[in-house]
Amino acid sequence: MGKFLHAFFSPLGLRRAVPQVWDGFQTNVKLMVIAEILVLVLALVVAIVRGLPGRWSLPFRGLAIAYTDFFRGTPLILVAYVIALGLPSLKLAVVSSQSLFVYGVAALTLVYTAYVTEVYRAGIESVHPSQRMAARSLGLTYAQTMTHVILPQAIRRVVPPLLNDFIGLQKDTAIITVIGLTEAIAQAGFYSNDFFSYAGYMVAAIFFVILTIPFARFTDYLIKKRERRERAQLV
Amino acid sequence: MTETEHFVSVSGLTKRFGDNEVLRDIDLTVDLHNVVCLIGASGSGKSTLLRCLNLLEPVDAGTIVIDGETVTNGKVDVNALRRRIGIVFQSFNLFPHMTVMQNIVLAPRKTQGLSKQEAEAKARELLERIGLLDKADEFPDRLSGGQQQRVAIVRALAMDPKLMLLDEITSALDPQLVSDVLSLVREMAESGMTMVLATHEMSFAREVADKVCFLDAGSILEEGPPAEMFSAPREPRTRAFLARVLEAGRI
Repeated sequence: MGKFLHAFFSPLGLRRAVPQVWDGFQTNVKLMVIAEILVLVLALVVAIVRGLPGRWSLPFRGLAIAYTDFFRGTPLILVAYVIALGLPSLKLAVVSSQSLFVYGVAALTLVYTAYVTEVYRAGIESVHPSQRMAARSLGLTYAQTMTHVILPQAIRRVVPPLLNDFIGLQKDTAIITVIGLTEAIAQAGFYSNDFFSYAGYMVAAIFFVILTIPFARFTDYLIKKRERRERAQLV
Repeated sequence: MTETEHFVSVSGLTKRFGDNEVLRDIDLTVDLHNVVCLIGASGSGKSTLLRCLNLLEPVDAGTIVIDGETVTNGKVDVNALRRRIGIVFQSFNLFPHMTVMQNIVLAPRKTQGLSKQEAEAKARELLERIGLLDKADEFPDRLSGGQQQRVAIVRALAMDPKLMLLDEITSALDPQLVSDVLSLVREMAESGMTMVLATHEMSFAREVADKVCFLDAGSILEEGPPAEMFSAPREPRTRAFLARVLEAGRI
């Protein structure tokens, strides 16, 4: 027991690890913020494309379906490897000469956009068809109906599951360590090699938890708020 | 020539959902400033007929001419058509994430290029008329059913429609809320609005209609002026329907 506590929780070890892991953790935060912004926008675009009406949109819908199916089924670690190792070996202009950070953002964005697309899509489909009918009967176009009537209601409904996916994304920034990006887990590893202590990993764990707790509480709050409102409507 | 005399003229209209023929060879005319009431049992095709008129439902066969324009030839701009035809639904269908004011000004601002001030001034005028100006900044779920339905009517009126379609607009309301909505419809009729309404309110139909059509299993079985239709219906099935309605105390 004493050995265990010493290896993971020695006060000196923890204190010494904080600056080094913090140094790497800032990279995780940057990965997360940039990827989340990209995912929010791109997933909405893919979800809208998937729902387009008419025959002319069929190939686009097919592409959107293929994309979500593929990237929801592929492990992030694999996508990260393929992008970070594969793209540079192709010696193409621009795409082959990006930093590891950019490849990390790309891998996270590709995978999580596929998840979040499904969340948006569920939200869009949850809006009752009579809303669409009412909007179209006023002479609004398909695009105007989506922009002003369907999407505002859909997005409001999916905020809790969306935040949930973002908690997953935050944690998965750690996976990006495998491509050699010096983020929190990498720094914790360096630390453990230098000092024969796992305290660095504990510090990293604490950082991740501290980052996700506000997200989780905020999600709970939104769900409660909606339940209250729905119950009020029933009365 | 006869077609242009009527504001709306429907001929041979047929609509199927799969194998189910919900409208069968419908002929119907509506004159300018007239009110036509569609009566008949649930499932007789009243709602579908209304929705075909503004092309919310695609038509399988037949022609519809509105205001001199054939709308069933596939070339018509459906959005432009719908801006000239207001429709109000049984379930109100207000946009729950918008205030009453935002509900009313959305379409005029986006489709008629009205400025916010113009659209809101017009909306306030309409809300004033129905006595709901103080609700302008409320969300729909804070309003009673009758108030929501009157807002839905005003939302349609804000587009200055030349034709209004009302689809059983009082069927989802508590009895004591019905009269407010009906008096608004009566006012619209008196101001000369051309209207087609599907309704179960027979006494109201008798009062405001210029013509009543009885739909049975997707066909117009009988039509005529309300006095004739309600006191001396020719068809046995019309008589049976009206007798049932009378029994249910809806007259």
